Amino acid sequence: MTAAQTPPEVAQRGFVQQLTTSVNWRTGLLIPFLAVVTALIIGIVLIMLTGSSFGQAMDAYAALLQGSVGSVKAISETLTAATPLILAGLSVAIAFRAGLFNIGAEGQMLVGGMCAVFVGFSITGLPIYIHLPLALLAGFIGGAIWGFIPGVLKAKTGAHEVIVTIMLNYIALRLVDFFLKTELFQREGRNDPVSKTVEASAQLTQMLGWMNPALRVHLGLIVALIAAGVIHWLLFRTTTGFEFRAVGANPSAARYAGMSITKVYVLVMMIAGGLAGLAGSGQILGVLDRATPGFSSNIGFDGIAVALLGRSNPWGVVAAAVLFGGLRAGGQQMQVSADVGIDLIAVIQALIIIFVAAPALITAMYRLKTPAVSTQISKGWAS
Amino acid sequence: MELQLRGITKRFPGVLANDDVSLTARSGTVLALIGENGAGKSTLMNVLSGLYRSDAGEILIDGVHQTFRDPGDAIKAGIGMVHQHFMLVPVFSVYENVILGVEPTKAGGVLNRREARREVKEISERYGLAVDPDARIEDLPVGIQQRVEIIKVLLRGARILVFDEPTAVLTPQEVEEFFGIVAELKARGATIIFITHKLKEALAVADDITVLRGGRVVGHADPTTATPEELAAMMVGREIDLTVDKEPGTPGRTVLELTDVTMVDDYGRPLLNKVSMSVAAGEIVGIAGIQGNGQTELVEAITGLLPISSGRVEFDGADISNKSVRDRHVQGIAHVPEDRNDMGMVGSFTIKENLVLDSYYAAPYSKAGRLQRGSIEESALALVEAYDVRPPLIENTGAALSGGNAQKMIVAREFSRDVPLVICAQPTRGIDVGSIEYIHEQIVRKRNEGKAILIVSTELDEIFALSDRILVMYDGKIVAERLTGDTTPTEIGLFMAGKGS
Amino acid sequence: MNQASMPMPRESYELTGKRTKELTKRQIRKARISGIVLLLLSGLVMLVFVPAVSGVSTFGLSTPDDAIQLDSLAVPSAGSLWVLSSVLAFLGATQFFRGFQGKTTIILGISFGVFAIALMVWAASGQEFSLISMLVATVSRSTPIALGALSGILCERSGVVNIGIEGMLLGGAFTGVVMGSLLGGWIGLLSATLTGGVLALLLAVLAVKFRVDQIIIGVVINILVLGLTSFLTAQVLVKKPELNDAPIFAAVKIPVLGDIPIIGPMFFDQTIIVYGMFILIGSVTYLLFRTRWGLRTRAVGENPKAADSLGVSVAKVRYLAVIYGGMVGGFAGAWFTLGSVGRFDENMTGGRGFIGLAAMIFGAWNPIGAFLAALIFGFSESLQQKFALLNIPIPSEFLAMAPYLVTIVVVAGVVGRVRPPAADGQPYEKQ
Repeated sequence: MTAAQTPPEVAQRGFVQQLTTSVNWRTGLLIPFLAVVTALIIGIVLIMLTGSSFGQAMDAYAALLQGSVGSVKAISETLTAATPLILAGLSVAIAFRAGLFNIGAEGQMLVGGMCAVFVGFSITGLPIYIHLPLALLAGFIGGAIWGFIPGVLKAKTGAHEVIVTIMLNYIALRLVDFFLKTELFQREGRNDPVSKTVEASAQLTQMLGWMNPALRVHLGLIVALIAAGVIHWLLFRTTTGFEFRAVGANPSAARYAGMSITKVYVLVMMIAGGLAGLAGSGQILGVLDRATPGFSSNIGFDGIAVALLGRSNPWGVVAAAVLFGGLRAGGQQMQVSADVGIDLIAVIQALIIIFVAAPALITAMYRLKTPAVSTQISKGWAS
Repeated sequence: MELQLRGITKRFPGVLANDDVSLTARSGTVLALIGENGAGKSTLMNVLSGLYRSDAGEILIDGVHQTFRDPGDAIKAGIGMVHQHFMLVPVFSVYENVILGVEPTKAGGVLNRREARREVKEISERYGLAVDPDARIEDLPVGIQQRVEIIKVLLRGARILVFDEPTAVLTPQEVEEFFGIVAELKARGATIIFITHKLKEALAVADDITVLRGGRVVGHADPTTATPEELAAMMVGREIDLTVDKEPGTPGRTVLELTDVTMVDDYGRPLLNKVSMSVAAGEIVGIAGIQGNGQTELVEAITGLLPISSGRVEFDGADISNKSVRDRHVQGIAHVPEDRNDMGMVGSFTIKENLVLDSYYAAPYSKAGRLQRGSIEESALALVEAYDVRPPLIENTGAALSGGNAQKMIVAREFSRDVPLVICAQPTRGIDVGSIEYIHEQIVRKRNEGKAILIVSTELDEIFALSDRILVMYDGKIVAERLTGDTTPTEIGLFMAGKGS
Repeated sequence: MNQASMPMPRESYELTGKRTKELTKRQIRKARISGIVLLLLSGLVMLVFVPAVSGVSTFGLSTPDDAIQLDSLAVPSAGSLWVLSSVLAFLGATQFFRGFQGKTTIILGISFGVFAIALMVWAASGQEFSLISMLVATVSRSTPIALGALSGILCERSGVVNIGIEGMLLGGAFTGVVMGSLLGGWIGLLSATLTGGVLALLLAVLAVKFRVDQIIIGVVINILVLGLTSFLTAQVLVKKPELNDAPIFAAVKIPVLGDIPIIGPMFFDQTIIVYGMFILIGSVTYLLFRTRWGLRTRAVGENPKAADSLGVSVAKVRYLAVIYGGMVGGFAGAWFTLGSVGRFDENMTGGRGFIGLAAMIFGAWNPIGAFLAALIFGFSESLQQKFALLNIPIPSEFLAMAPYLVTIVVVAGVVGRVRPPAADGQPYEKQ
């Protein structure tokens, strides 16, 4: 039992602590890299288990690569898929920094997206430079409200944010179903739940549309990158970020230092919700142009994977989101040209999170000499 | 049964916690194992109870070599641990806690609850440990919880009982009762090891005393002849002089004044009961008392961490009863909290971040919500230099500092503010003697600058060394007030035990 | 107990641990809030339901096949609603001004029951409402929820948070159908159970051995299983539909008991999976609270260090509890395929695992409590179904939200808080 002899102060260092201390190249880059490689290898095994040959599996991966970076169109698809992932990843990451686990990005995306679509179709005649920011703002506010609820409940009553956000995800899902059938939202002449179409003045313009209308990458990417920069600045350069990080690392000391835990929990969850709301808005205003049931399509959950892989660092999140965006985009190509279902991507993503969260698996597999501290964020229901 | 340890050595990465420790507890006697915090007492006991495995050395019971792979082995060998932090399940009943691991069962692993209650009652009657087998642990006071722990080890047939700091959480009456229990156990032939850092208690109950320092045994003493001074010298390795060089204080205007401050818990029971007191500029007021008599709540009432139910807290003549922690901090209260790791610093933050933990929002460290990294760094460099924080590497994390240096870092943060009131709760708990002396000097220097100082300490020596005036807290009330020159430790000790006139 | 020779404690309450029961401000506030909620419900019945009804509401109490036929129950709609609304108003007012103190939970349960009856009276106004078919559906629909909750309880009582219940259900549903198609329903059921166990083993290894954040593992299990089952459905089941065509367990009527009116069809004329749920709820309750295994499991979930210091292996206890929990979850998954439709569809569990999580919390980590919570949630599900059929102008989405809303109210402690096992979610590090 040599591992059991580690003194407690080393072993009990949580995830937040790891983030703020030594991020060396091994934990920061090598382990995530090996996690991705290992997950991809397991993916090959899976493809072969469903009756394909090794050659066919390799063809599938070639299609995956082709579909993610093989052409301008592919890169555009990758970036299009990465856009909401960056925002959802930032949403989860900033909550992690303050010691909260936001499983609610999915629901916050839905609420934010619904607000954005409403502003997008209900107002007409505005110029784009007013209408678009207005729609995005509505999306941010919608998500922020959905984040406010778990934040304030956590701060005032101690209700565990994981439980509350899970429940709010489902409530949001049902609310979307409901609203899409109301006169207010439903498209005229349709019986299925589809919202009216967003006005052109509220759409996130395709950035490369002038080259080829099929290049879907849109202004949302710029919004997401700006958000990453702002969050980085907020976390590491401002007093608010200082409070977030202090509360995340040691809430008790933060309280003794005169910080308001209530304020931090509420504020960080509102920002997290707002970011997820932006992610939902980006999908609505940049890709779908309308709302349909469950339009968040699990991006909020993928945000958890992105935040973990990016080690809750805003630029790490961007890199992880681009990787996952590539997998999503390439997965489409893989499905079409190699007849391997895109759901394989979800499996690969799940495996990546396992390996990133339990680096001991990777260090054992590759015989690395790196202390592997598993990821610990939440403190259990009972806290 | 006689217990012998021979050459026990236990290493942790970077620390030699036990170094060739040998000792003997004679059958049917009480051995007191004394030493400062960090002397290696707890590690040694964890080795003895099978929680740790030693790197070298052996354990003998009645001359027979023992190997403990886990706590189960130690229990089988007749060793019972009563931990400082009770190992009880709060939502379980007494009997459920007692039988855990040695459950009497009927066919199919079904608990035999009648038998379980009978076993508990039998032991509790045999040793005079009154307790209701069906009471829930969380509803019981600590003294009774400790009895449950004792019944637990007795039920497992323990003949060697190890008590780790058993009196730390007890009220004076409970301490008396506890000594009665120890005598009863001894009379029935049990061998007892009593780990403590309270010299007087060791002298009162032990038949032999062994002193640990820095992981090594530095001596043995006979309680019938040894004096507290000799034991203290052995514990710290030199003649210690805890008196601090200081002139008498010159109290000026009143800085802090509490009037009839009352605080109640969730069940309406008083934590603070009509506390009135004051601290003037240029004096050190020391709050003496046994842990858990309302000192923590008093400090939290003054600093705003807990709301008061009635009464007034005045600072510099203004009522601050309803102000936030931050407001009070801004108005000029500095606070060195009682638990440095949990309350005083963020372990994963760098030293420079920890040095602005409660002033990051103010100039010159921030401007319009933006952190001014240049000023933060500059001030941090000056502070680690001025307050002798070693190593003075401001990019290292707080967690990397030793206890004494972490405390100096917190003292640096709080003392560097030029404010009228400084509150220090347990300012030197668990740190090395060098750091203690340094911090004491800083406290006196601060007073000499004309600040009002409030010290809370459970160490009576520290209270006497620093204070100009001593207040004693007992059961949420201030039960005595004396000028230091007009009283003796004996008198204050009586008040602390709730027995003063 | 002879206390004469013993050191006497200061006060007698200390020995028995009885606490004085004083109402604190917080309790008063909770009583006020819940009182207001009840008054609002009463108002809703009076002001919205009453004006909308006319004539009588008729409830069918027997199905045509029942041995003993009961007449349908007909009540005047408006009159009943007035009565129900008054009851709610009375309970609400009492709660607001005085508070029911210790009995609050029961009173709230009754109140929501009253409200549910009012809903049905309103819905059935002027038409026939088959109460019996709805009650039968309630028991059936609460089965995967109750089992999912039980899966969570087994894990969490040992201190391992399981939010991967959904994945365990889905995994069980999938292998159940594939193995059922190949080798028959019983083998399918067994495979479903084992699948849950295997997924739980993943949870246990990562949580206990590698001490990974348990919430992350739960999320991963859900994503992994959703991805895997969807992938395999697309790659394999679509091409080989014969693998997605399992036999369905028929309802088995228990002689005599099954003929009791109302109770019979509800509890004694169900499938083997529903009976399995009853047996599991009962036996796990007994095992948890009356056996050595249960005592040790609960101890590890509350204070693993204490259990460890007494020679109880925390890791072993947690491995076992989590694997049992996973097996219950896998068994529950079979309800979706072998217990109802006989085929697998992508994501067919549709969040039932999370409703199970909600039932676990609502039921305060107690199997019986969770079962009752599952019944309420199952009732709300079948009510949705019924309302859709009857064309009731109440959006089914709001009924579908009820379990989630209720859970938020419970964890926020608005009407009294439930307490999870103290070490729930905390990895244990042996020193």
